[in-house]
Amino acid sequence: MLSPAILIPAIINGLLIGAIYALIALGLTLIYGVLHIINFAHGALLSAALFAAFFAFRLLGLDPYVSVFLLAPAFFTLGYVLQRFIIGPASHGDDRNMLLVTLGLAVIIENALLYAFRADTRTIDVPYAFQTINLGFTFLAVPRVVGFCAVFAVAFALWVIMTFTDTGRAIRAVAKEKLGAQLAGIDVAHVYAVTFGLGTACVAIAACLLIPTYYVNPRVGDAFVLVAFTIVVLGGMGSVPGALVGALLIGVAESLSGLFLGESLGQIGIFLIFIVVLLVRPSGLFGARA
Amino acid sequence: MRPFLPIAAVLAVLAAVPFVVHSNTTLNFLVVALMIALAGQGWNILGGYGGQYSFGHAAFFGTGTYVTAILQVRYGVNAWFGFVGGIVAGAALGGALGALVFRSGLRGSYFALVTLAFAEVLRIIASVAPITGAGVGTLIKLDLGIRTFQFQSRAAFYWIILALVGVSLVLAQLIERSRFGAWLIAVRENEDAAKALGVDASTVKTVAMVISAAITAAAGCFYAQYFLFVDSGIAYGTWISIEALLTPIIGGVGTVFGPLLGALVVKTLGEAAKLLTGDAPGLDLIIYGTVLVLVIWIMPRGLIGGLASARKLMRREAPAAPTGEVRHG
Amino acid sequence: MAEPLLVVDGVTCRFGGLVAVNAASLGAQEGQITALIGPNGAGKTTLFSIISGFVRANQGSVHFAGQNVTGEPPYRLARRGIARTFQIVQPFYGLSVRENILVGAHLHHRKRDAALAVADQIGRDVGLGEMLDRAADQLTVAGRKRLELARSLATEPKLLLLDEVLAGLNPSEIRDIVPVIREFCRRGITILMIEHVMQAVMSLAEQVFVLAEGRIIAKGTPTEIVADPAVVEAYLGRGAAARLGARHGH
Repeated sequence: MLSPAILIPAIINGLLIGAIYALIALGLTLIYGVLHIINFAHGALLSAALFAAFFAFRLLGLDPYVSVFLLAPAFFTLGYVLQRFIIGPASHGDDRNMLLVTLGLAVIIENALLYAFRADTRTIDVPYAFQTINLGFTFLAVPRVVGFCAVFAVAFALWVIMTFTDTGRAIRAVAKEKLGAQLAGIDVAHVYAVTFGLGTACVAIAACLLIPTYYVNPRVGDAFVLVAFTIVVLGGMGSVPGALVGALLIGVAESLSGLFLGESLGQIGIFLIFIVVLLVRPSGLFGARA
Repeated sequence: MRPFLPIAAVLAVLAAVPFVVHSNTTLNFLVVALMIALAGQGWNILGGYGGQYSFGHAAFFGTGTYVTAILQVRYGVNAWFGFVGGIVAGAALGGALGALVFRSGLRGSYFALVTLAFAEVLRIIASVAPITGAGVGTLIKLDLGIRTFQFQSRAAFYWIILALVGVSLVLAQLIERSRFGAWLIAVRENEDAAKALGVDASTVKTVAMVISAAITAAAGCFYAQYFLFVDSGIAYGTWISIEALLTPIIGGVGTVFGPLLGALVVKTLGEAAKLLTGDAPGLDLIIYGTVLVLVIWIMPRGLIGGLASARKLMRREAPAAPTGEVRHG
Repeated sequence: MAEPLLVVDGVTCRFGGLVAVNAASLGAQEGQITALIGPNGAGKTTLFSIISGFVRANQGSVHFAGQNVTGEPPYRLARRGIARTFQIVQPFYGLSVRENILVGAHLHHRKRDAALAVADQIGRDVGLGEMLDRAADQLTVAGRKRLELARSLATEPKLLLLDEVLAGLNPSEIRDIVPVIREFCRRGITILMIEHVMQAVMSLAEQVFVLAEGRIIAKGTPTEIVADPAVVEAYLGRGAAARLGARHGH
């Protein structure tokens, strides 16, 4: 049972799926790092993005790898607008209110999807969905390999934005010291909204990478986001390298526990990791003290 | 005695309702609203007075529901003992979770997250474990009688849930005016300052969580007796976590009557939506979500807080804190 | 002299590579006012946080009333009779002035009525009698400092740690509050205060400790301290004492 012929493909598959998790977790951790709140609407936004990618394919005939270039900016704008004109003003600068507002938005988005599209599960058919790359000892699904590479491209792009642009510097300044940044003339509401937009854009990209091999229904985002929460906590809230490493670890752990324990127990395993990390080391692997 | 007069008055008025209203639909609506008010009062003790916003009170509601049902169905325990057992189990779970979470110093986002995850773990376990009936759920056999805690008349259930709500109101009022309550509120406002004044913050929060969990579990126990069926989606579903926090926030967070008022408003809105557009899936929750965002936006202290500031404005007093904004240290 | 009520012995505290407090020792004599002074960043507030249990020391011990209380959590120290104020005031903003003080009063009075009576009395003692029903966030800076003082006094402490209660007040506000502090000392509360307002230190304190770069560099009566060259150097820089001395010589 423990033969490398089974283990190694499982590990590789875990890494590939972990990369998608990483992208979702990246959005979450970015928002946490700057706004210092967990965005509970992240999962609902992922569901919405999956629906968007689905309909872009069905109605407009756009391949997800094409529509991503439309959806990423569209979801950036959506995130920006949500934070700037709803979450920000509605929560009066109070963290607990901000949590509640994102929770409220999650409920609204998720149930609006349910209302509009019912609970049906939908999939799209792309020619490359089942194409594989033969490595000799195992086969890799093409869409997952594409996803893996895309995630690292996105992470690199984010790093460039954060390091070399004025907006990136402003974001880092606000994350470190909000009041100081404000005094230095940085528009904090704008920076918050840009960050939220970037986080939401990550979700849209993840959706386009997922849809070729995955399905969509109004609740689909939840499962991913609970995993993303685990990753963010494991890697350290607000830490980008933590999110990447945490995601790959969780991907592998999930793949292996699925192999040994079966699907639903594998899921519990992830939650247990999550709760144990929260209780024992809330700062995560890479994070500063919570 | 004086602080309890409003509670007595409200209970007296509500207790008279079944003598005037005979429609089963209306009574059924009120029973469910009161059940949610009870669950919300549980959330309010920890969230409203203690400032610890739980996103997973389903954990306690569901435990109450399952324990009540399982004790009767699988162990032949008397329904009333099953009811008490459900409350005790909920309280114990609250104590265990509180001790773990608060000792490791989790608050804010982390606390919301860990409660949410905890409820989700329980939901997954309940959906596969044999003792809960796994995916099929657990059905309590219909057997009317006082001994079995099953009644033909809606009014009987109505008075029982009203009595439970009454107890929770008195409890909230007692807490508000006790030393424990003062400490709990102090922890909400500023934990470090409270510690410096001799408040053992993590114990105070844990005790609040026990009380909170017991009250919300009681609502779950009642659910089991009233509907005689439970599955993992009902017991540990997000819906109850949302409704438990929605009602006090809409009614007035950290106030005695907030959850009751909030539950009546929320349930009325949900019902109105159903009447207007038919029973479409998700519609009630869309409305709840919208109301949640709007209330926080416009009246962060809920209807009761909003009314209080409106009255102050009418009296042309200097308005307290900028237009009803709640400030947390 | 009797054993001091509070004895801090060889306390060291590091944050990463930074040594905030370095083998500091001090004592507060029962019934007296002791001052802890030193330049900004000397580690005064850190030392206070160690004494009141908010920060753990890496080395050293704290004894209170003859018992070793090193590393005890803040609430337990408060129950033993150590109260502190915060340099950056931390009122419960959502509550009224009376309710703020009530939290402290509840420490030794379980019953609400008894605690309320204590709270009202202490509110009046610190000069907040007119403000008891106001919301805490409506108070001025001076009012908040008084509230901070009142809340900790309401716990009926044996030892009161005052962290810059006079900072940010104007001279007339300082003149108003100094007698309040003296009065509570007269009633038997031992006071250890961090203070920058030297005038107040000179008039209140019987014993002064000087902390610089984490070390206690001098102790003595206020008059001894101001004449101590080491203290002058700590505040004004190396060689300052000599330069000042030379100027006086001419």
